[in-house]
Parts: sequence; structure tokens; C-alpha cells
Amino acid sequence: MSREAEDLNRRLLRARDAMDRAYAEPLNVRAVAAVAHVSEAHFIRSFRAVFGETPHRYLQRRRVERSMFLLRETDRSVTDICFDVGFTSRGTFSRTFREVVGEAPSHYRVGHGPMVAPNCFQLWATRPVVAAGVAMQSSSFGDAAAATAS
Amino acid sequence: MITKLNVASIMVLNKDEALDFYVNKLGLEKGQDVKQGSYRWLTVRVPGDVTEISLEEPGPPVHDEATAAQIRELITKGALGGLVFKADDIRGLYETLKSRGVTDFTQEPTDHFYGTDMGVRDPFGNAIRILQQGKVAQKVKA
Repeated sequence: MSREAEDLNRRLLRARDAMDRAYAEPLNVRAVAAVAHVSEAHFIRSFRAVFGETPHRYLQRRRVERSMFLLRETDRSVTDICFDVGFTSRGTFSRTFREVVGEAPSHYRVGHGPMVAPNCFQLWATRPVVAAGVAMQSSSFGDAAAATAS
Repeated sequence: MITKLNVASIMVLNKDEALDFYVNKLGLEKGQDVKQGSYRWLTVRVPGDVTEISLEEPGPPVHDEATAAQIRELITKGALGGLVFKADDIRGLYETLKSRGVTDFTQEPTDHFYGTDMGVRDPFGNAIRILQQGKVAQKVKA
């Protein structure tokens, strides 16, 4: 692996960290690509090559993970949690949550309480794996299109 | 019976750069720095602590070049393990790190029931967590 590739990895990791840090904010792929100092198209392609999923899917799974955390740990309403973690539409949130977790947010809450592992380990290790065969290939960050459709 | 963690090691891309980060930025102290042939036994530690953190570069004779390249790839994509420290004033430390030019925070100081923690990456991609332990609180009410 060349030094250039290692440097690109490091910059892509910095962009991934930016998503982990700012998942609750309205993020667009152009801004996150800028963190890595690459073009939008190059960012999506190289992120996928390095981390095995598109930036959009990574962010969605982070948002779903944080929503799972809030469902377990707090008494906030599902609607509040949806917006807390960066979704802009309740319909998109519920559909995405169900796709990733396999059950509705309210149902998940009933079955799960707080975890003992420190939050950093939860962030690291409990970001949900998308079930095989589920298509979440969109490369856009915006919920706008999906929100319009829902 | 094992009584103490004596040495932990972390893989870095460059020992000089690592030493600068872990000592001059993060605030650890240099432990051992001994050159034996081409090998440099270089450690850092929490000031006053006995546990040494050995800074290791992938490469020969431990790793052939192909293996070393794989390890460098894993380091730079953040896929290897990291270090977790404790601190007594996490928010003060956060400001100190920023004033020393640290920008690669993975998480600003955040409160949890077990304390306040933050995350930062070393220059190569290794994750570092720092925790200020606090009182155990009840389930968060919002």
C-alpha cells in the first residue's frame, strides 16, 4: 500500500469521524467530502472501497445506532428521537429503522433497556449491520427525496 | 497471579511523529528511548504511572513488507484498537489539546451516567478515549 493510499485512508477516516460527530446535524455529502479534501464522486467511490459501504449508508447506520441508544436510555418520544439523530422525516426514520433493525422503533424500545458497556464502546461496536439483501445504496445524504415520497 | 499491566503497545506509522503527539500534544511523558541496532525501544507513559506504552512501527524484522503494508492500511482506516485514559479535568484538557493544535477530535466532551468522556485520534488513525469518571446517575429523563 502506497503512502498516498495511506494518506487517503487517513483523510477518509477524518471524514467518517466528522459524520460520527455531527450525525445530528443536516449533513450533505459535499461538505463531508471536503473534510477528506476530495471531490464528491471520488469521496463516495473511495469511501466505499475503504470502509465497505457508502458514506450515506454509514451515516444512516450511525443515526439508527444513536436512535437505538436514545430509545434504550431515555424516555424521549420516538418523534423527538427521530429529529434528535438527524432524520428530517418521521416516515424516513421509521422505514430506515425497520430496514436496519428489523422492527419498529417503539417495538425495539419495549424489548431493550440500558446497556452496561461505556458509550464509546457502544458507538464503536453496536452500529447495526444492515441485513443482507436490503438495498440502501443511495449516495445522497439528503432525506429530502425520501421525505417527499413518504 | 498477574499483578500489573506493565507494557501495552500501539502501532504507529512513525515513532518520532508519535512521540511528538503523545508527549507534546497529549501530555504523556517519555519513558524508554533506547536504540539497539536498528531497533528503537520507545515508550511513553502517563506521568507518574508505571505502565509503559510502547510505540511500534510495522516493518522488518517483525513484519515482512507486505504484512507491514496491511497493518499500515488498518491503522490509517482506524480499524485497530486504541487506548483509553482517565483524566481529572476533561473539559480543561479538551481546551488544552485544542490550544496545542489538536484538531482530530472524534467526540467533544460528552456526559454519561458514568462520567464525561471525549475522543481524539492520533496522527495515524488510532482511537484515543479519555474519561473523567463521575457519579452514576439514574436513567436520563428528558
